[in-house]
Amino acid sequence: MTSATLGGLVGAALVGLGLYGLIAKPQPLRKILAFNLMGSGVFLVFGIVARKGAAAGLQADPVPQAMVITGIVVAFAASALAVNLVLRLFEAAGQATLSRDAWAKLPDDGAGPV
Amino acid sequence: MSVLQALDIGLALLVFAVAAWTIFARGAFAATVGYVVYGLLLSLVWIRLFAVDVALTEAAIGSGVTGILLIGAAARLRGGETAGDERSLSGAARLFTAGLCILVALALAGVVLLLPDQGPSLARQSMQNLAETGLGNPVTAVLIAYRSFDTMLEKVVLVLAVVGVWSLAADRYWGGAPGEARAARPEPTLAFLAQVLAPLGILVGVHIFWVGADEPGGAFQGGAILAAMWMIVMMARLTEAPQTNAFWLRLALVAGPLVFLAAGVAGSIFAGGFFAYPPWLAKPAILFIETFMVLSIAVTLPMLVAGPPRREPRQ
Repeated sequence: MTSATLGGLVGAALVGLGLYGLIAKPQPLRKILAFNLMGSGVFLVFGIVARKGAAAGLQADPVPQAMVITGIVVAFAASALAVNLVLRLFEAAGQATLSRDAWAKLPDDGAGPV
Repeated sequence: MSVLQALDIGLALLVFAVAAWTIFARGAFAATVGYVVYGLLLSLVWIRLFAVDVALTEAAIGSGVTGILLIGAAARLRGGETAGDERSLSGAARLFTAGLCILVALALAGVVLLLPDQGPSLARQSMQNLAETGLGNPVTAVLIAYRSFDTMLEKVVLVLAVVGVWSLAADRYWGGAPGEARAARPEPTLAFLAQVLAPLGILVGVHIFWVGADEPGGAFQGGAILAAMWMIVMMARLTEAPQTNAFWLRLALVAGPLVFLAAGVAGSIFAGGFFAYPPWLAKPAILFIETFMVLSIAVTLPMLVAGPPRREPRQ
């Protein structure tokens, strides 16, 4: 098995792991983390496509590489926005959870102090 | 099995194990620390795929800057994510989810195994036109010349993210400074680290940007390293984040996309196509655009990590 195929299999496993974390982990920060993990798995699978496109003296096709670089930066921007939303929720309501029970306990329908 | 193959398999297992740790670790803080390690290991995998530019980006942004963001958030959220959360999914539902996720992973693995050895590739076209751009690194050529529209819009996404983060500020803080105030007595260890590391880091960042024209590196990677240096100085509280209503800050945030867009429009007037560069001017034009992009990235990333303004603006 070549190192490219091996990298692709790791990417596939990462997508599965991240997807599980995204669904099964209840805390918002853990979901963001899992989503990032899933994203890097997708990038890795795309990286295999780049490696298989080696030609013209290059070890890998530069187009998918450039797209992955763009993707990493955009993923960071989206994560930063998501993390700041969670932090703002925590600041405003004193808790950062998606659990319905926790919000039901708040007196004014979860609006909390701002 | 050769040594390199054994190393590959070991690296793959390690990446998988650390990734599993970030998902299954009990505490959010431990998980985020795991994520930083994971990002660094992943950049080694990218090197093994001969994608050094991607490896640099993953190490600097995917692991480094994202790591600062997540660790900071985990530290501030301590105790805020109620323990009762863990019970929100029943055991059977967890098992069912795990089964479906394994199915997704297996399907993807199947696709990876079925890929032809020699796939379709734009490598040849990239190399054919490389001389006209005056660059030596085809990845930089794709980013700034062949697919410059993508890169320009990505800069716009970064600006939009900053607008989104700043919009989360309470009304009275609008225009104020985010993050911690400058400390009267900075913590000596951190201050020493910042003072020693920042000057060297700035040199490394500028170098990586400059060699990016011909070697692995470029505006993203160099800009991210410069951003990290500014963040270190802010974390040591030797300086504080600027007020978000500062004109120079807002100008620096939009300078990259603005110069990029202006170059695109100039191309459609003088070179016969949107984002076309005349060959004799291609390399200077690309470096000019990249310089402003580095500036914007170096300012945008710390602002995204610093979060919304938390102090009232000074008049």
